[in-house]
Amino acid sequence: MKPRRLWVNVLMIVYFLFLAAPLAWMLSMSFKTNAEILTTRSLLPQQPTTANYEEIFTEPFWRESFINSLSYVLLNTVITLAVSVPAAYAFSRFSFTGDNHLFFWLLTNRMAPEAVFLLPYFQLYSAIKLFDTPYAVALAHTLFSIPLAIWILEGFMSGIPREIDETAFIDGYSFFGFFRKIFLPLIGPGIGVAAFFSFLFSWVELLMARTLTGVNAKPIAVTLSRSLGAEGWDWGVIAAAGVLMIIPGAILIYFVRNYLAKGFALGRV
Amino acid sequence: MTTIELVDVAHMYSSGQYAVKNINLKWEPGVSSALLGPSGCGKTTLLKIISGLLRPTHGRVLLNGEEVNHKTPKERNIAQVFQFPVVYETLNVYDNLAFPLRNRHVPETVVRRRIPEIAELLGLTDKLKHNSAGLSASDKQLISLGRGVVRDDLAAILLDEPLTVIDPHQKWHLRRRLKLLHHRFKITMIYVTHDQHEALTFADQVTVMNNGSALQTGSPQDLHSKPQAPFVGYFIGSPGMNLFDAALTGNQISAGRYSLNLPQDTAKAIAGQSLKIGIRPEFVEIHAAEQPHSIPSTVKEIYLTGSSKILDLYGADLHFKARIPDTTTLHVGDTVWASFARQWLMIYADDEAVNLPLEETVR
Amino acid sequence: MSIRNNRAWLFVLPALLVMALNAFIPFITVINYSLQDILPGLPAIDVGLENFQTVLKDDLFRNAFVRQLGFSFLILLIEVPLGVAIALALPKKSWRATVSLIVLGLPLLIPWNVVGIIWRVFTRSDLGIVPLFFNALGYDYNVALNPVDAYWTVVIMDVWHWTPLIVLLCYAGLNAIPDAFYQAAEIDGASSWRTFLYVTLPRLRSVLTIGILLRFMDSFRIYTEVFLLTGGGPGTTTTFLSDVLVRKAVGGFEFGYAAALSLIYFFVILVISYAFFLVLTNVSSGSRTR
Repeated sequence: MKPRRLWVNVLMIVYFLFLAAPLAWMLSMSFKTNAEILTTRSLLPQQPTTANYEEIFTEPFWRESFINSLSYVLLNTVITLAVSVPAAYAFSRFSFTGDNHLFFWLLTNRMAPEAVFLLPYFQLYSAIKLFDTPYAVALAHTLFSIPLAIWILEGFMSGIPREIDETAFIDGYSFFGFFRKIFLPLIGPGIGVAAFFSFLFSWVELLMARTLTGVNAKPIAVTLSRSLGAEGWDWGVIAAAGVLMIIPGAILIYFVRNYLAKGFALGRV
Repeated sequence: MTTIELVDVAHMYSSGQYAVKNINLKWEPGVSSALLGPSGCGKTTLLKIISGLLRPTHGRVLLNGEEVNHKTPKERNIAQVFQFPVVYETLNVYDNLAFPLRNRHVPETVVRRRIPEIAELLGLTDKLKHNSAGLSASDKQLISLGRGVVRDDLAAILLDEPLTVIDPHQKWHLRRRLKLLHHRFKITMIYVTHDQHEALTFADQVTVMNNGSALQTGSPQDLHSKPQAPFVGYFIGSPGMNLFDAALTGNQISAGRYSLNLPQDTAKAIAGQSLKIGIRPEFVEIHAAEQPHSIPSTVKEIYLTGSSKILDLYGADLHFKARIPDTTTLHVGDTVWASFARQWLMIYADDEAVNLPLEETVR
Repeated sequence: MSIRNNRAWLFVLPALLVMALNAFIPFITVINYSLQDILPGLPAIDVGLENFQTVLKDDLFRNAFVRQLGFSFLILLIEVPLGVAIALALPKKSWRATVSLIVLGLPLLIPWNVVGIIWRVFTRSDLGIVPLFFNALGYDYNVALNPVDAYWTVVIMDVWHWTPLIVLLCYAGLNAIPDAFYQAAEIDGASSWRTFLYVTLPRLRSVLTIGILLRFMDSFRIYTEVFLLTGGGPGTTTTFLSDVLVRKAVGGFEFGYAAALSLIYFFVILVISYAFFLVLTNVSSGSRTR
């Protein structure tokens, strides 16, 4: 093997071990009892147990939390896509007063530190009576996911030649017909990528999710903190919950992997 | 000056299909040559085999008699121009042209002398300091070409449909430059295209390909007057050759209700094979009155090409086309007498030209 | 080649309404707070720019700001070259590529507090395997007490967490480069390094721009993971700007200070991001400017 090829392989192996190590440790922890976690340190559990997982699957509040998380994440994705697709279409096909400024303003929203919004959002959503519902979190998250979705979608749409729109109109399609039957399928990968990022961001965000929920809509990320037992943190259960939280994401990546590779290339990137 | 030769070259995909097969071709030094054929015929594959971007699964590639299958394009000193312009966008025109020389650590004094020379030949002198990214497609292709000719150890330049993205009225300019460069440097140039007009005007030697096989190599005149395969006849010429399925009875070959008496030896040679008769529209003679061996035909359609007329004719149970001077006056529905000039008639047995006499020679 | 049409505003309206709800209202609130002195239970007093002055003179802020700048630039310095290198080394289109992509994606898909927790457990002297590893090498690793250990652990955690983003972006960007460019470079005799410099890098420019902008903006706002890993310590070694902000806003009830800090914070990110944006897109010729 040529020396360079060897170095490349070494780099890759080291890097992937690096990526996998903390995850492997957490996986291993999820199968250990608290006692074992606190006393011995070994990669494989000495006395493997599924008690942690059992607790999560049986205790209702874990299940509720999971559903809570999933609901605002899905809500966010749906709302984001619903408003971003038309907006991106406008940016891509038309020029209108203030369009460049508007676009830039959208991007600047991703620059504000989240902590800034905590108090105002708390007051806002309490005032409109959406506090402690998935809607509050979903809407709050849209602040960050809409700009990115528009950015991504605009790139994709600009890659579709305008001639396709024009031909469809000449052929007699109504605007909605054209949009639904011709345009949307063409930008499928773009929607996939945008949805992926909306989902991703919403799923991992914690601060706003914690601030805007009380008891009813508490997401799983927050429930993790609840596991403060008498001895301190309930490490085993936390680890198991952590593992479970990775799974939806992994599934999502698997489904959009083709779009991801193809997608970025087609988009504004 | 390099001789390029392909011996028994074939290339098979992992699916088991052959991209090219039975390729035996030779290019003499300094020849300007074209690989002509429809999309998917294997011409680009063949080009890549010659340049070294692809290693054929069978056969040998020889440069000056030496087998180079294992050598990279760089090692073969072959330059290639692609379908779409490839320039180094962060470099200006001058640095683009100098790139191949600098990679080979050619002294700057040589570079400084050579680049303006080449730029002059390409017509890019006043654009040398421009950034290459903003130039027209045509200029970019010239740069690609230039990067090939700056090197003085060049064995050949291979061009893969280089005019594909060029505006129609720029194509002529580029072709002119190509011819200029070829004339000046006498480098072997192999030009791949599906456009017969490009091939026939550019090249001294044209190889027609279809379905992975090289059907015929020859001068544009040879390909026109003596196509060695029905496909060559059909592909070259606009419109292409008229081809009729034919059958042999005794010494007589017939297509539709047209028949021809062949010499016994010729008839024997083609017996038992699938037969076709071909005649180019240019060589279909149209007469107002009956002639010996002529067919009464009805004019079905007339096409105007500006300098001539193309007639769609039906006669002797055959559909065929004829090309006549623009000055002839005819109307749709007219009856004319068509004859096929014997000296230009081609007979194909199993898709190969029968180059035997079609008439008894008087002893 | 866009059609001039002001009716396009109708298309943008839904997005705008949602954003307005989320952006303007808090923004106005923050501006208000930044110009007032608010004590619980008492009416607010208008204090002009006093809050801003307090923030800018505060040592806690200044140190955190410098620390934050250093951190963000360090992150970029490590993550960008590493990300590009990994992307270049990734196999294309095979089962190995799929597995790699999934493994790469995992760190990005973990809730940020879980990231913090994972690394905390990973590196804690009583729970983790990392201290064991270092002890075997003869080094006394202690993330809770040793400032150097804490700082570098945070850096490594961020590299672990976010390099895959750069990798994924570059991977897609690389896939978009037609083979002909590499072939031409080969024919022109370019070495691997020169091919990288003149073919690969220019064509990765737009992808890298996005990557660098995103990483800068996000790393400058980092909070959750760091908080869970070190809590900002030991001392103030890993106290970055967001930490200061949260403390003042949520813990200390110093809304005026917090609001002023927020505006300064936002302004800094805006300016630096814009600077990055100008530099990166100016060098890339022929890119659309927006």
